[in-house]
Amino acid sequence: MKKMFAKAIVTSALLGGMLAHAADTIKVGVLHSLSGTMAISETTLKDTVLMLIDEQNKKGGVLGKKLEPVVVDPASNWPLFAEKMRGLLTQDKVDVTFGCWTSVSRKSVLPVVEELNGLLFYPVQYEGEESSKNVFYTGAAPNQQAIPAVDYLMNEIGVKRWVLAGTDYVYPRTTNKILESYLKAKGVKAEDIMINYTPFGHSDWQSIVSDIKKFGSAGKKTAVVSTINGDANVPFYKELGNQGISAEDIPVVAFSVGEEELSGIDTKPLVGHLAAWNYFQSAESDINEKFISTWKKFIKNDKRVTNDPMEATYIGFNLWVKAVEKAGTTDVDAVSKAIIGLEVPNLTGGTAKMLKNHHLTKPVLIGEIQEDGQFETVWSTEGEVAGDAWSDFLPASKDVIADWTAPVNCGNYNTVTKKCSGQNY
Amino acid sequence: MKSTILKIIFLNLLLISSLFASSFETDIDKLQTNSLKKKTQVVKELYEKYSEDERLNPLFRNMVSGDLYYKENNKTFVIITKKEGKNYHTTQLLDPSKMEVINKRDLDKVKTNNKLRSIIKGLLAEMNLFSKKYEIRLKSAKNILDNVSKDDEKLLNKALNLETNSKIKEVLLEAKTILDAKYKDGFEQIKAVTALGEYISSQSLATLKQIEASSDNEELKKVAAKSISSVESSRSFYSVIETAFFGLSQGSVLLLAAIGLAITFGVMKVINMAHGEMMMIGAYTTYTLQQIMPNLIEYSIFIAIPAAFIVSGIVGIIIERLVIRHLYGRPLETLLATFGISLILQQLVRTIYSPLNQEVKTPSWMSGAWEINSALSLTYNRLYIIIFALLVFIAILAVLNKTSLGLKVRAVTQNRQMAQAMGIKTSWIDAMTFGIGSGIAGIAGVALSQLTNVGPNLGQAYIVDSFMVVVFGGVGNLWGTLIGAVTLGEINKFIEPVAGAVLAKVIILIFIILFIQKRPRGLFPQKGRDAQD
Repeated sequence: MKKMFAKAIVTSALLGGMLAHAADTIKVGVLHSLSGTMAISETTLKDTVLMLIDEQNKKGGVLGKKLEPVVVDPASNWPLFAEKMRGLLTQDKVDVTFGCWTSVSRKSVLPVVEELNGLLFYPVQYEGEESSKNVFYTGAAPNQQAIPAVDYLMNEIGVKRWVLAGTDYVYPRTTNKILESYLKAKGVKAEDIMINYTPFGHSDWQSIVSDIKKFGSAGKKTAVVSTINGDANVPFYKELGNQGISAEDIPVVAFSVGEEELSGIDTKPLVGHLAAWNYFQSAESDINEKFISTWKKFIKNDKRVTNDPMEATYIGFNLWVKAVEKAGTTDVDAVSKAIIGLEVPNLTGGTAKMLKNHHLTKPVLIGEIQEDGQFETVWSTEGEVAGDAWSDFLPASKDVIADWTAPVNCGNYNTVTKKCSGQNY
Repeated sequence: MKSTILKIIFLNLLLISSLFASSFETDIDKLQTNSLKKKTQVVKELYEKYSEDERLNPLFRNMVSGDLYYKENNKTFVIITKKEGKNYHTTQLLDPSKMEVINKRDLDKVKTNNKLRSIIKGLLAEMNLFSKKYEIRLKSAKNILDNVSKDDEKLLNKALNLETNSKIKEVLLEAKTILDAKYKDGFEQIKAVTALGEYISSQSLATLKQIEASSDNEELKKVAAKSISSVESSRSFYSVIETAFFGLSQGSVLLLAAIGLAITFGVMKVINMAHGEMMMIGAYTTYTLQQIMPNLIEYSIFIAIPAAFIVSGIVGIIIERLVIRHLYGRPLETLLATFGISLILQQLVRTIYSPLNQEVKTPSWMSGAWEINSALSLTYNRLYIIIFALLVFIAILAVLNKTSLGLKVRAVTQNRQMAQAMGIKTSWIDAMTFGIGSGIAGIAGVALSQLTNVGPNLGQAYIVDSFMVVVFGGVGNLWGTLIGAVTLGEINKFIEPVAGAVLAKVIILIFIILFIQKRPRGLFPQKGRDAQD
């Protein structure tokens, strides 16, 4: 009997302690797939958030409270993303969430975040055409990756003929639509543009590469703009190499090939080809060196690399911390208001500013792939480019802007009709 | 008197000029800049000044290959010969006898980009046109043909006079004909344009099209149009051959993937969903062997083939003994059980090797292409895989038809009770057959490791295709599998250029569904008394 009593006291003391503890922390949701096909990419971002939280707690947390991560696994299953998000917001009552990778997972989470007034930081480059009150997009919009890359090829390399090759899903389709109308606006004729889509994980590239070769031998400089996703890239570059197409003949500029993707493959056939990002691990700045060494120490592996979505997570996290400190609370509305206009240093030596349309200013870098799987920057924009949520090159979104400050307060405001067409565009 | 004064002045001038004169040693130091524009300038200057200097060739060559570095302390140029972690083995550019091991941090790379590299390659081509080696001359001749310009005329004439090899001469002559067609006039131009009709390279075609579009000479236009149609007709002939080759190559991959299944599914009637994972195990065996023997990449494939056969075969036998043995005659349970096994095997690989794709190196004899002519080239890796698939097919056929094991396998599949009565250990034969089928899948995995990513999901991409081939070809008939694989490969490749890769897959699937409606037992159905079991 006595023992039982003692036990009860211990338990209740523990419980009380936990409750008190819980009240003293700020909960940070981490919504990245830890299993399934996207686990390869997303696990890294989960670790990045955990590292940032760890670092922040060492500095004393935020508003005097420690940060407490709540990690859930949506398992690369798009509807599960929405379910897990609902769990994070209603049961765990997180103050902010960092998460999602693919556009379809973001689209699946969107209604939940808006309904429950949550706060989501999305760290991956995407196709644009969206701006939600509750989401902050810290990756690149098309005008911060695709358009500058095409400009580089057109002006610096003198490319006249274009192959737009992509995997068959929403991001490549939208990006290629934007690029096609951009190229046509620049005077490129329809016969000088070749568009090609392939299924996920496509591995037999023989005829497509042979077509590209034929397309490229018309006497005009040709380049491939690749939105080919994931696994399909390696056989593609291999086939290019085997058919004797080098980066000097027909350069390929990719939007989905980064340090992480290059770390597991034979880079020989890729050397010299290009990628467009807002960050490369090879960027020379003190803050980047510190970030890389902290990352390697945290993950306890000297061979791990850093990449663009990691930088986007880093910027998003720091902006959120700064906004919470400015607002003095973690309340979603107050933080969303405070964050607009805030600036934090990015890892390439510049600053990232949160804009009214919930996108960032970012520098655009073009890098050549090196044999060691790193990029060498061959071109970069003068300063930072402001992210544009709604592309100016698509007829449907030409007149649409996003502005989350008064008096507009709208994610898709039509500047001609002066109307806000509501959230679900 | 006057002449001595002149002499003195002249000598003085010489002295002064030699004082300020630049030498190769000092001029190349200008390459130590970060500005690519400046570097391009320096490269062109170097070429103008020192194109006869034999030290320029190694400098350019190593710049292109990315092996040219300079020491941070005394700015001497060095060439990397071997990288060992952070220590680089180097030799000095100007004095190759001086060798040294230097830490990576003390070296700076002479960085290049695509544009600079292609300029240097062009310059190298002009320098190498008179090289003693046949391959180098051919390569540079082709490089000149690729971007032939008016300045090359003198060079081409000189090379044509000296060249003795007929193949290189042909390339040079084509380049010269292109120049003539572009820049000569009157009768000579018309002659050149007519001559271009004989060539089939894309450069000739592009030149002809340009002339047809820009010229205002009616006769020239007519001749150009005639030449274009002749070039295009021979090019389209080769492009049909090329597509047929692509189809054959895809067919051979399908054959490799399906032939093991043709044995387990076709002969034993086991629906083995883990068949793809047997290929994955074969591919991982290749990877592991390359890790164990990093110095034998060139031969790793030959060692990997028997190794993968044994590893996958043993895994197959274990699966048969532990699971499938108990499920014969219950196809639905087999399907579910083997699907479960496939998931277990995938997760096992994820745990042992990591979920990331692994890097399997391609031996150098398997990369590149066999250039038959300028319109047709066949890639080596595909060529070898076609041959390899046929060899595997013949071997399996021989095992089944010429050996006593094959005899027993056929006996068991045709009539199990009778075979048992004749004293054949049927359960042992079952295990061996499944082992052979799985082993062949392992061999297919070795081939696939050269074509696609080696990762946990490798098998899944091929399992549906394999079943398609076996069902289409006719269950239980190896010849059917061969014909089915090649037919599907060819159909796919001939549809793809017209309909795109996504639609081609859909069309193939619809085609097979319709075909199965008409002939439910495939192309070559099994005949005889035991066919209707």
